[in-house]
Amino acid sequence: MRLRTLLTTSALALGFAASAVQAAPDRAELMKQHRGGTLKLNAHGSAGTIDPQINYEAEFWQLLYTTNDGLVTFKKVEGKDSNDVVPDLAEAIPSPQDGGKTYVFKLRPGVKFSTGKDVMPSDVVASLQRVFKVSSPTAGSFFNGIVGADDCLKTPATCTLKDGVIGDDKAGTVTVHLTEPDADFFYKMSAVHASILPADTPAKDLGTTPAAATGPYMIESYNPDRGMKIVRNPYFKQFSADAQPDGYVDGIEYNFGLDDQAGVTAVANGQADWTFDDVPTDRLNELGTKYPKQVHVHTLLAYYYVPMNVNLAPFNNVKARQAVAYAVDRKALVGLFGGPNLASPLCQQLPAGMAGHEDYCPFTQKPGAKWTAPDMAKAKQLIEESGTKGAKITLIGDDKAIPKSIATYMQSLLRELGYDVDLRVVSHNIQFTYIQNTNNKVQISVSDWYQDYPAPSDFLGVLFSCASFHEGSDSSINISGFCDKKIDDDMKKAAATAVTDRAAADKMWAQVDREVTDAAPAAALFQPKRVDFVASRVGNFTYSDQIHFLFSQAWVQ
Amino acid sequence: MTLASPGAASQDAASQVAGSERPDTPGAGREPGARATSRGPWVTALRKLLQDRAAVASLAALVLIVLCTLAAPLYATRVSETDPFTSNLSGSVVVDGETVDVIQADTGGLGLGTTPIGPTWTGHYFMGADGQGRDVMARLLYGGQNSLVIAGGATVITLVAAAVVGIVAGFFGGIVDAVLSRLLDVLWAFPVYLLAISLSIVTIGRGLVLGPVTISSSSLLLPIVIIGIIYVPYVARPIRGQVLQLKRSEFVLAATGLGVPRHRILVTDILPNVATTLIVFAPLMMALNMITESALSFLSIGVQSPAASWGTIIEDGQGLLYTRPWVAIAPGIAIVLTVLALNVLGDGVRDALDPKAKLRVRKGR
Repeated sequence: MRLRTLLTTSALALGFAASAVQAAPDRAELMKQHRGGTLKLNAHGSAGTIDPQINYEAEFWQLLYTTNDGLVTFKKVEGKDSNDVVPDLAEAIPSPQDGGKTYVFKLRPGVKFSTGKDVMPSDVVASLQRVFKVSSPTAGSFFNGIVGADDCLKTPATCTLKDGVIGDDKAGTVTVHLTEPDADFFYKMSAVHASILPADTPAKDLGTTPAAATGPYMIESYNPDRGMKIVRNPYFKQFSADAQPDGYVDGIEYNFGLDDQAGVTAVANGQADWTFDDVPTDRLNELGTKYPKQVHVHTLLAYYYVPMNVNLAPFNNVKARQAVAYAVDRKALVGLFGGPNLASPLCQQLPAGMAGHEDYCPFTQKPGAKWTAPDMAKAKQLIEESGTKGAKITLIGDDKAIPKSIATYMQSLLRELGYDVDLRVVSHNIQFTYIQNTNNKVQISVSDWYQDYPAPSDFLGVLFSCASFHEGSDSSINISGFCDKKIDDDMKKAAATAVTDRAAADKMWAQVDREVTDAAPAAALFQPKRVDFVASRVGNFTYSDQIHFLFSQAWVQ
Repeated sequence: MTLASPGAASQDAASQVAGSERPDTPGAGREPGARATSRGPWVTALRKLLQDRAAVASLAALVLIVLCTLAAPLYATRVSETDPFTSNLSGSVVVDGETVDVIQADTGGLGLGTTPIGPTWTGHYFMGADGQGRDVMARLLYGGQNSLVIAGGATVITLVAAAVVGIVAGFFGGIVDAVLSRLLDVLWAFPVYLLAISLSIVTIGRGLVLGPVTISSSSLLLPIVIIGIIYVPYVARPIRGQVLQLKRSEFVLAATGLGVPRHRILVTDILPNVATTLIVFAPLMMALNMITESALSFLSIGVQSPAASWGTIIEDGQGLLYTRPWVAIAPGIAIVLTVLALNVLGDGVRDALDPKAKLRVRKGR
């Protein structure tokens, strides 16, 4: 980790300097040509609170990445580089000390909040305390490695992190102590939940009240039933084009209310510039043929999968689970999602493009690297061998179009395999937590997982480790209840190796991926792509793997 | 008569109540124990109904629809040769000698999206496929079976329950009437669709447990019972009102004065009069129930997959409106035709059983 970090930091510094020399005039010229106007966004509904340390919805994270900053962040560029972590409010990515357990961040001087107040180390300390005080959704998973986090998780109101986060306003530094080295520490610190807010920000959910911003824009008003108005932050001065580039448009209007169909129509008619919701499948062909220049397709580090409860019959039998994995017609499911240009079959747990991904597919007619076709004969043979034929199964789907159609297909498939299957469609708003809680005795469900950060641990560790399984909790993301001691040890070794040797760790994660796939606690289905449809006036559409459409980089005039 | 409001149905049918105790109304005004003649009021009503061309056409349409839906298994096995309850996403079909995929990947422009095969107007996929590659025509016929069974079953429950509650409350009065009327008030207090949706959501998860009887969430009995219950007040109220009137009628007072037992008065004097009202209500309630079933199924809380009803097929077609609108339009048309036929038939039945209507007809001539 140390060598890599040093190299990364040096390369970043060099790259940043070089790009600054070459790109600055171009960017300044573009800014002169295109600065101004209002970007009009649309979504079917709002996404709850706008508190950056509480909101956990992609819809608002996209926006909050342009209004708020952490010590580090994901590089705001197009392509693979968007997975890189770059210094944000910190001057540089710090070198690890104490064997990777201590990091000293030096803040950039002169950065101000939208209130006019300077960003100080004391604000950083207060912000990291606030993560626990407001019970941020990732407090227990992203920030639990900070010294003192355990106490903060137990009694959030009195959280101090006094030995874990130490600020020095005079020196302009913040020191973070971890209980043990964490290879994903900078990824986690790049999350919106690690945004730095003024120290006097109330330690409660801000709800519809905008937090002070440090980015080029700030939220002026927010009505969850109508919309949101975002204006320029008067105190913003671009401090890093990689971390937080200045925006072209003067303001952003986010309107809520139009459904996915109406949203697409509004964009086609030029009444909106972009819509958050997925493009309805029956409009895809129209967009691809009538508006090809306005359509942007990008692969997502995500996958759709079918978790099977390894602790409940019939899927407590590995052969029953493998039978499902063999039987799934992934090509057909790709068709349900929108065709081969919008998704790819996947039969392992790590999606393509993710570190540690090595093509692997044991559950197909010709086992090998890639999926070729379903093997119903093998699947039916496994069902016979498992002795589970005829078992009563309740499949839990969700009521959004794509997951529901997948669930309908899965019901049909399971019936074909000889099970007695009921399909229960649950509201999308509660399905995700419902299927996690063991009290609901969910045997099999349809779900999806989108990366929080670009590390294999975010899939394999989060979805299939023993630590992610909590009986009786709505927050038990290991939906299958899978806990294999040997595989769990392999995950821990891979995570420990990643601190010092990322490449070696990726190899280890690839092995873990194969082990988990073979055990089949879940049947991977396909890896989706994202379709963004923008109005004809929108220029410089920039897509980050982490944040997706970068609003600040688009222009409308 | 419109289906805009269940209350309107109640009022309209209730307006017929006044006439039902007249001697020229079927079953009304007869002396206790008297036998109907061969040209009795029921025969007269039937003759009047058969003279109503619109009602007869509606009845014929309904019979045709029922026969078509009964032929669903035959159609699926002999004509479309598909299983309408199994996804067929990777299947293909021969159309005009050419093999085509049931779900076709779009190739124009950026090559985004897939589209199910459209109507072939031949045996296989006559109306095309839905998003799961299933034959829409076959599902439409099976769906019609379920929609009609649910609407019919719910109507029977509504009418029987409403008759019992209305007659008992109206005839016995007092504390019995007070308790039953308040129960009806409680049910009536809920907006009908809100109540149906709430009951469906509560029971759809684990089914309905009524003592030793358990109705599974995938059983058609569940929507039948729910829909049957929610409309009880809308029929029971007018029935109760009619019974209160009948209680004060001369022939009932006379029977009471002569010492005829109460149960005999109920069976021979009250029930025949109430029967006409129930008959008038039957087609109208069935139409209402069909719309309610479609609404619940459209919301995924009625008929459960893989079974179909016209409501579930409309929902299946919702995501195909831009490419294969027929998937949603076909069941929509089926619902409209059936409900229209039931309403017209209901109006015809009401006119046939209503002596005022008879007068109107005569004056018109």
